[in-house]
Amino acid sequence: MIPELGTGALLVALALCLYGAVMAALGARRGRTAYIESAQHAALAVFVLVTTCILLLAYAFLTFDFSVRYVANNTNLGTPFYYRITAVWGALEGSIVLWSWMVALYTLVVVLRHRTSARELYPWVLTVMLSVISFFLLVMTVAAPVFARSVPIPADGRGLNPLLEDSGMITHPLALYLGFTGFTVPFAFAVAALITGRVGDFWITTTRRWTILAWYFLSLGLLIGGWWSYHVLGWGGYWAWDPVENAAFMPWLTGTAFLHSVMIQERRRMLRLWNIALVILTFSLTLFGTFLTRSGVIASVHAFTQGAIGIFFLSFLALVVLTSLALIAWRWDDLAAQGVLDSVVSRESAFLLNNVLLVAAAFTVFFGTVFPLLSEAVRGVKVSVGAPFFNQVNVPLFLSLIFLMGVGPLIAWRRASLDNLKRNFLGPVLIGAVAALVLRLLGVRSTVAVVALALTLFVSATILVDLVRATRARRTMGERTLPALGGLLLRHNRRYGGFIVHLAVLVMAVGVTGSQAWSVHTEMTLQKGEQTELGGYRVRFDGLRESQESNHGKVTGTFTVVAGRGAGDVLEPAKKFYPQEQSPIAYVDYRLGFIDDLYLVLGDFARDGSHATVKMQVNRMVSWIWIGGLILTLGTLLSVLPERRKIA
Amino acid sequence: MRGRWRWLLPLAAVPVLALLAYGFKLNPRDVPSPLVGRPASPFTLTAFDGTPVDLAALRGKIVVVNFWASWCNPACYEEAPVLERGWRAYRDRDVVVLGVDIQDKDEAALDFIRSFSLTFKNSPDRNGKVSVDYGIYGVPETFFIDRAGRIHRKHVGAVTDQVFRETVDTLLAAQ
Repeated sequence: MIPELGTGALLVALALCLYGAVMAALGARRGRTAYIESAQHAALAVFVLVTTCILLLAYAFLTFDFSVRYVANNTNLGTPFYYRITAVWGALEGSIVLWSWMVALYTLVVVLRHRTSARELYPWVLTVMLSVISFFLLVMTVAAPVFARSVPIPADGRGLNPLLEDSGMITHPLALYLGFTGFTVPFAFAVAALITGRVGDFWITTTRRWTILAWYFLSLGLLIGGWWSYHVLGWGGYWAWDPVENAAFMPWLTGTAFLHSVMIQERRRMLRLWNIALVILTFSLTLFGTFLTRSGVIASVHAFTQGAIGIFFLSFLALVVLTSLALIAWRWDDLAAQGVLDSVVSRESAFLLNNVLLVAAAFTVFFGTVFPLLSEAVRGVKVSVGAPFFNQVNVPLFLSLIFLMGVGPLIAWRRASLDNLKRNFLGPVLIGAVAALVLRLLGVRSTVAVVALALTLFVSATILVDLVRATRARRTMGERTLPALGGLLLRHNRRYGGFIVHLAVLVMAVGVTGSQAWSVHTEMTLQKGEQTELGGYRVRFDGLRESQESNHGKVTGTFTVVAGRGAGDVLEPAKKFYPQEQSPIAYVDYRLGFIDDLYLVLGDFARDGSHATVKMQVNRMVSWIWIGGLILTLGTLLSVLPERRKIA
Repeated sequence: MRGRWRWLLPLAAVPVLALLAYGFKLNPRDVPSPLVGRPASPFTLTAFDGTPVDLAALRGKIVVVNFWASWCNPACYEEAPVLERGWRAYRDRDVVVLGVDIQDKDEAALDFIRSFSLTFKNSPDRNGKVSVDYGIYGVPETFFIDRAGRIHRKHVGAVTDQVFRETVDTLLAAQ
């Protein structure tokens, strides 16, 4: 029953979606409000129908309805309740459903928010967004039919990929997809601006919050992905430059560039063409990401099973890129810049440089990701590009970006005088230089670590300088320190929200630097009762225990851990044996700390529990990355608050 | 960039798109098996019907060893009828099909065999030794072994009628 109901809902949704897209465009061309209203109703109906599809799928999972092939492939009778919900989007077909649902949701919000505020652009925005949904609905009905029937109906299903049995599976895809799909909105506005010829600043100011929101969710998705990788995969890292991580990172880089470059357009009327190009690039990269994960073109730990879907995504990507570029060509003369760069030493140029670096980083990541393809096409040689390439190229870029993060917000617009530079940067530069010296004297050998930490301090100092100065200015007006600070944050929430996000990035940079420079690890076989030491932790192997869980068997090792003179703590890394998997899945156990994490992975063991091999890592400062994520959230919240300056 | 030249702008994207399209011709998972051309590692198993299965005893015949599992839907479900057809068509010409069921529950496996009315021998690989010897990565995977006991071909994914016929015909013609 579910397969038929679901397919029916999808087909109706697809028809309505196409209808809405056409009607909105006709309405815009002929100036017929009734057409546009009809398109709005279609958008609403599409949202309801896609929601129905998700609910049907969830129902099929909860009731073990193996007549739905997707359910049979991704669950079995032992799958716990919680993971039957996350399995809804745990694999290829379902992920597309979730994706379309989110675009439908965004479309609905656009209808509610912008139908009166952006009259000229709005119908075209609707057309673009409904067209995007149509594509995903088409994929769902033809290339990856989520409601396909299984014939014959199996007695039990295959089961979910055990690695996806993790709480991160609810948040990671949701955040990531909200980010990916969120960029549809600024993209739709940009295309609408090109079509109507209103390529001025309106589309940018209208989509500012949308872009921040999408950017924030994408950041969050990346961070949660890192957290999942760290505590589930058992290799002790949070980022591997895997093609699919790269796929999510590239739009993040160009999206970040876009967030900064729009400020130049708002303020100086420059970079019109650049901004349109950036948002198109960002949206195209989100499509490229979906293409990469779902086409099977590049091997990756994330790759979904492949099918005809790759061709669909590539065609759609080609359609989007070619149409957008043609639109840009059409409006070329309107996009010509109005403002000019007055001086190289100015905020504009700092922002420009920031954009160049971010796009360069995106390009190198892209190049490294598709290089295996290029190599096979040109030379017929299979190669893989690993972390060394990405690190070597990107570390200097990121360090420069951190430097600019300190310069950009404080340097003067147009032309910075020597006095302006001295006033803002003398102190922070000194702090950075002294920090570098001290770190060297303390015996930090890695140059990258020294530079990174010194830069971090430099930037923190610039933020502090600004905050102190602005608070002091308000205090001279008679306010007390704390209300002055609070008022400052709220009245200039955009500026200070940005500063807090910068602070978050700095905290993460410290985490990344620390974990790269000072983590230690070892792997050894311990007899029962034997102990070993690593990075200030003593670890003793106490034995093994076997147990049977609802859908897998489990062997748990018990290790007593003592740090310094404190009392012992018990860590229990395990290996899980799933019937549908060839090799056991590691279950990592760890103790997180502010300065370091102890991280244990159970390796081989003797069945009688007499000895076991354990991989031990002491990872330094990784927690800072997650703390950075929290600060990032605060900063984003502050920056999307409605501006209060004008009311005050 | 004025006048007509600007219309060439979209061309800039074409090389990248072409490169991605080229990717479809490749299969990144298609890692050549080091076992091809080597002697097939011998194994003895007990089939679900209780009879012994010994690969070494089949020397001189063409053997198709298929690794499957009842939870492997849809690929194993697609190829089961293909294997059965192939077995029936070629059994008189010294071709043997052997199914090896891995990581499975007996009831589910027996259901699978019954639902496709499989008549070739199927045995559970209880301790996973055979799958390890053959470097099984996932199911289904199928090995075609020639009369001399060498692995002639490894096929990943569901076997189609065409693959079955072509491979077996080649091996038969090699005499």
